[in-house]
Amino acid sequence: MQDMSQTISTVPIQHYVLLCTLLFVIGVAGVLIKRNALVIFMSIEIMLNSINLLLVAFSVYHHDPAGQVFVFFVMIVAAAEVAVGLALVVMVYRHTHSIDIDFLNKLKW
Amino acid sequence: MINLVWLIPLFPFFGFLITGLGFRRFPVRFSGWFASGMVLISFIFSLFIFLKLAGGAPAETLVISDWINTGNLNIPVEFLVDQLTSVMLLIVTGVGFLIHVYSIGYMHGDEGYNRYFAYMNLFVFFMLILVLGGSYTVMFIGWEGVGLCSYLLIGFWNKKHENNNAARKAFIMNRIGDLGFLMGMFLIFNTFGSLSYSIVFSKAALFLPGTTVITVITLLLFAGATGKSAQIPLLTWLPDAMAGPTPVSALIHAATMVTAGVYMVARSNILYALSPVSLSVVIAIGLSTALIAAVIALFQNDIKKVLAYSTISQLGLMFLALGVGSFAGAIFHLMTHAFFKALLFLSAGSIIHALAGEQDIRNMGGLQKKLPLTFFVFLTGALAISGIPPFSGFFSKDLILAAAFIKNPVLWGLGILVSIMTATYIFRIFWLAFKGVYRGADMNFNEIHESKGTMLTSLILLALLSAFSALPLLNHGLENNRLASFLTPVFRNSESIMSNGSQLSGGTNILLMGITFSLIILTIYLSYACFVRREKVPPPDTSLRKGFNKLVYNKFYIDQIYNKVIVDPIYKLSGFLQNSVDIKIFDRIVESVGKLVMFSGNRIRLLQTGNVGFYLFAMVICIILVLFFNLLS
Repeated sequence: MQDMSQTISTVPIQHYVLLCTLLFVIGVAGVLIKRNALVIFMSIEIMLNSINLLLVAFSVYHHDPAGQVFVFFVMIVAAAEVAVGLALVVMVYRHTHSIDIDFLNKLKW
Repeated sequence: MINLVWLIPLFPFFGFLITGLGFRRFPVRFSGWFASGMVLISFIFSLFIFLKLAGGAPAETLVISDWINTGNLNIPVEFLVDQLTSVMLLIVTGVGFLIHVYSIGYMHGDEGYNRYFAYMNLFVFFMLILVLGGSYTVMFIGWEGVGLCSYLLIGFWNKKHENNNAARKAFIMNRIGDLGFLMGMFLIFNTFGSLSYSIVFSKAALFLPGTTVITVITLLLFAGATGKSAQIPLLTWLPDAMAGPTPVSALIHAATMVTAGVYMVARSNILYALSPVSLSVVIAIGLSTALIAAVIALFQNDIKKVLAYSTISQLGLMFLALGVGSFAGAIFHLMTHAFFKALLFLSAGSIIHALAGEQDIRNMGGLQKKLPLTFFVFLTGALAISGIPPFSGFFSKDLILAAAFIKNPVLWGLGILVSIMTATYIFRIFWLAFKGVYRGADMNFNEIHESKGTMLTSLILLALLSAFSALPLLNHGLENNRLASFLTPVFRNSESIMSNGSQLSGGTNILLMGITFSLIILTIYLSYACFVRREKVPPPDTSLRKGFNKLVYNKFYIDQIYNKVIVDPIYKLSGFLQNSVDIKIFDRIVESVGKLVMFSGNRIRLLQTGNVGFYLFAMVICIILVLFFNLLS
């Protein structure tokens, strides 16, 4: 564990921030551009994990394990969310034979 | 024993709950007896309390429980048991019991029988709270409660529209007075920091006579009394209140509730004693009410209306007594008046019952043969109210007149005038109802028969009380009667402030009595000559009346003036406010708020396209905006 922290702290914090921002923006772009529900899910996961990475990095630099504990919570919530979300996608597919979100436009004024 | 006093109002309340909540189930045969029994138990308790106090027990203030307790506002539910309270308790429960028993016969067969007794018990409960209360707040609960019961019982036969109108009129008129009472209470709290009698009266005793704030307080309280006791200017509700059943008129509108104003002034005697201005107002209002009501009573043809105006007039006399400082005299007259006026009302009820609802004295006559017992008790009541010795009314009335004479002989003269008119109107209806020939057309004279046992029993008991209740109280010299000396602890302070030392000598007193007595005897003889010998009968309503007669017959047009001056302008103002202000301004504002919401909703809902991609885009944009503004600030 001690080794791992030392390994992490060899990389400057700016690089973590930069990488995470990049990943997050990729995730946002994926959510906005893609029409496939599964891909949107994947993009959301990328966003979540970029934040996780950032949390771990900051936690090491601050010598505060709270950030890493928080990461576990995020992962648990993400897993639960994926379980519900995939079930929804399956149900949508059974009804519309498609997972294109543009088909889901019945709920409007 | 005295700390069990809270049981006294509890019994009638229990009776109200049983007969009131179960009024469909409770067997009609028992409810009357049950309700009367509850009042009887209260009466027995009151008797014990009275004996305790008569035996020399000191007055006590009992705190029953907390009620309002916030910051420096601390109002407990408290009862004050003193000599005045115990006398009032005896009157309320005693007369109340007799009237309950009378009602068993009178209301027999009425479809609202249980409801009637529930209301009556509730009334007795509130009246007991009123007289027991140890602070103005507790008294106010009773004060409002009896007003409510009065409303309910005036409109008891609520299928007739005019009865409901009479009930509403009584209620609204009382509200006007109550506003004065409330403001008086606020001012008392503001001045003395409390509403408990014990604190207020002990602090008030330190004030100098004639202090302005005390004058304002007493005038405001007196406004409440004019409402409850039907004095000028709020007197018109009482005659209309005769729409209720006759025992109700006897209990509420003669014996107890209307005397609440007198009781309240007597209770606050120390405040009034400190304000000569208020006392003069009390004298002026009381005396003018007594005169005007007596004049109106002379020309009324409805037997209950005559008695109603007579009640107003007698209440005026009580206020005169209060005003001249004879508090004990006022309470004395309150007591004897409760007996003889209840008796008169109940015997009038007996006549009305026998004649199947006829109330017009022009349609009566010759009833002595058919209703011998009613004739006898009515005669007792009439002699008592006219002030013929040794009947009770003579002593109480003479006490008031003597006190008025000490204050100012003019007041005495006007009081004599009231007494003469009292004898005239009461014997007018007496002769017209019982002597001469039967003038009614609706009923066969032979079918008329005397009322039932319960009614006659209470009539006889009340007749005995009216006749002899004053005798045991006499103690050499009228001024020092036993009631007055019993009440001394209550009135001691104010009497010492007001008394100017002068007292009537025995000779003057007897001379005054002699003058009154002979004038009244003469009046009775004249009315006998007029209505029995010459068999004069009042002309029908349609006959032409002129001048003063017309003015009095129409009750000085007080109702019409009130309608013109107050009711009509309020209607007009309300109409104006409704048509222009309410509909044109407020309704438009309210409606346009609704329209704005509808309009903007219609526009904004178009944003909801159903396109998930668009929603996501909007969400991201908004998050960015939030972050951006966060950074800026």
